[in-house]
Amino acid sequence: MMPDNDGAHESANAAGSDAGEQQLQEHFDRTIAHDQRIEPRDWMPEAYRRTLVRQIAQHAHSEIIGMQPEGEWITRAPSLRRKAILFAKVQDEAGHGLYLYSAAETLGADRADLTERLIEGRQKYSSIFNYPTMNFADVGVIGWFVDGAAICNQVPLCRSSYGPYARAMVRICKEESFHQRQGYELLMTMMRGTEAQRRMVQDAVDRWWWPSLMMFGPPDGDSPNTAKSMAWHIKRHSNDELRQRFVDMTVPQAEKLGVVLPDPQLRWNEERGHHDFGTPDWSELKRVISGDGPCNAQRMTRRRAAHEDGAWVREAASAYAAKQAAGVAEQQQQEGRAA
Amino acid sequence: MTDDHVYLSLAEGSEDGDARWAFGTGFEDPLHGVDTVVPEVVDGRILAAYCLALGDDALVSAQRLAEWCTRAPELEEEVALANIGLDLLGQARLLLSRAGQAEGSGRDEDALAYFRDADALRNVRLAELPNGDFAFSIARLLVLATWRLALFERLTGSTDPVLAAVAAKGVKELTYHRDYAAQWTVRLGDGTCESHLRMQRGIEEIWPYVGELFATGPVEREAAAGGIGVDPAAVREEVGATLLQVADAATLALPALPADPHPGGGRWGEHTDALGPLLAEMQSVARAHPEATW
Repeated sequence: MMPDNDGAHESANAAGSDAGEQQLQEHFDRTIAHDQRIEPRDWMPEAYRRTLVRQIAQHAHSEIIGMQPEGEWITRAPSLRRKAILFAKVQDEAGHGLYLYSAAETLGADRADLTERLIEGRQKYSSIFNYPTMNFADVGVIGWFVDGAAICNQVPLCRSSYGPYARAMVRICKEESFHQRQGYELLMTMMRGTEAQRRMVQDAVDRWWWPSLMMFGPPDGDSPNTAKSMAWHIKRHSNDELRQRFVDMTVPQAEKLGVVLPDPQLRWNEERGHHDFGTPDWSELKRVISGDGPCNAQRMTRRRAAHEDGAWVREAASAYAAKQAAGVAEQQQQEGRAA
Repeated sequence: MTDDHVYLSLAEGSEDGDARWAFGTGFEDPLHGVDTVVPEVVDGRILAAYCLALGDDALVSAQRLAEWCTRAPELEEEVALANIGLDLLGQARLLLSRAGQAEGSGRDEDALAYFRDADALRNVRLAELPNGDFAFSIARLLVLATWRLALFERLTGSTDPVLAAVAAKGVKELTYHRDYAAQWTVRLGDGTCESHLRMQRGIEEIWPYVGELFATGPVEREAAAGGIGVDPAAVREEVGATLLQVADAATLALPALPADPHPGGGRWGEHTDALGPLLAEMQSVARAHPEATW
């Protein structure tokens, strides 16, 4: 899963005022230019750090909120094998959230603080998770489209300039390609099943296609900060490039599956060597990002409830850990006196 | 953009087949190399009934754990509870499959999970109670995991090679489940005033359903006699001692286990009113499309 590529908000760091900073900046610039990795202890411009924290946190939030739409179906999965696959997938998403929050912590962020920002609505998550899951085929289509779009977005991030983020992405991408296969395989099985199952698949494809295209973010012309993220090698390709790639890869898979992608303008363009396709409803993306999607309130309510209901558990764990630490310290003191 | 070949090959068959998904990621087939023919010395009818009961415990427990998904108090707990749920779901699948084979009815794991009504399930009632708060769920997990581990340790010597193999795999899983629940019991019991009260209340709320775990039903009696299964009365002391040790470390008061549990409960098909809604949810899609394949 991936946050919307709506670009960074921070303005580039003003040039270092003293010579020391100038030198550090030059070293940083050279590292980036040579496609080498920035590591947590390296000097980095403040704006680079902020952009990364924001992107990684949004990505982590997306993993955690992204558990909800599919998680709804674990208790209802219609075979025990599908239940196991789905349960494992949703668990993987929690794991991805954990790695990513850890990567953000290497930049000085704090997981509890980032969680607060999410539940107070100060940080965003991918708008795709604000759409409802209406039937079991949605589980397959989310795997195929949403994990597929995430792979398109994330494979280049495995070469991101920030080391911990790039390494987290390698592992996450492997698991997501596995999820995508599982989703596609579910759809294949359903298409070979009953007429009702085929209708469910087409219905899910109709509902998820356009929101999936929106996962790549607004068109390049409306994403002015993309250039900066690309210059810093945080990001490697523009939103429109990635979107085109996704469409080109998905069309033959849809044909093989036997579903129709809901875009009358979709056709192969021999000259460009790519598919032409219609324009997503960007006003819908703006509405969903600004909080007015079908499930925004529901997703946040669930996340907030889990966090608030769990507060006493986290307090108990801290209190217990503090007691244990105090006990150890006292024991050490006694041993010190005895010696 | 050369590195997304994974996506491009999506529509092609995978080299190692999709069989590996059957038990989730990274699982090995626990029955690899095990002869699945029911041995002549084993009474298929008893084996089926015995596996069904243990399978139902796991199935219903996994369903309750799945309900925690996206509701856990911390991300680490999200991962851990799902892990435990997945382990139990894996056990349920193996045991229900074995029950179907042994009864010779041709019913597979899904027929048994999705097309039986509440009165046909044989899980202990403790497994089906609604989740309650985290303390209640932990108290239940502690008791069920400790009990099941004690049973499974003995079942590794079952005269049925499949049940023995399932138990051998399960022992490793259940050891982790028990440790996880024990650690949380201690943290909550010896954490804050509130967590102590909640943990104590959790134990008191589950206790009326604990005696049933050690009641010997007709199936268990015959299964134990034939070397297939274990008489649950035989693990009562061991389980009681472990629970007491955990409760002590957690500064919690543990009621005594009933000396001679009254026969009756889930193993006899007597359930609480919580099982019906659990099954209604679990079976809804499968029953709406009985002709479908998934």
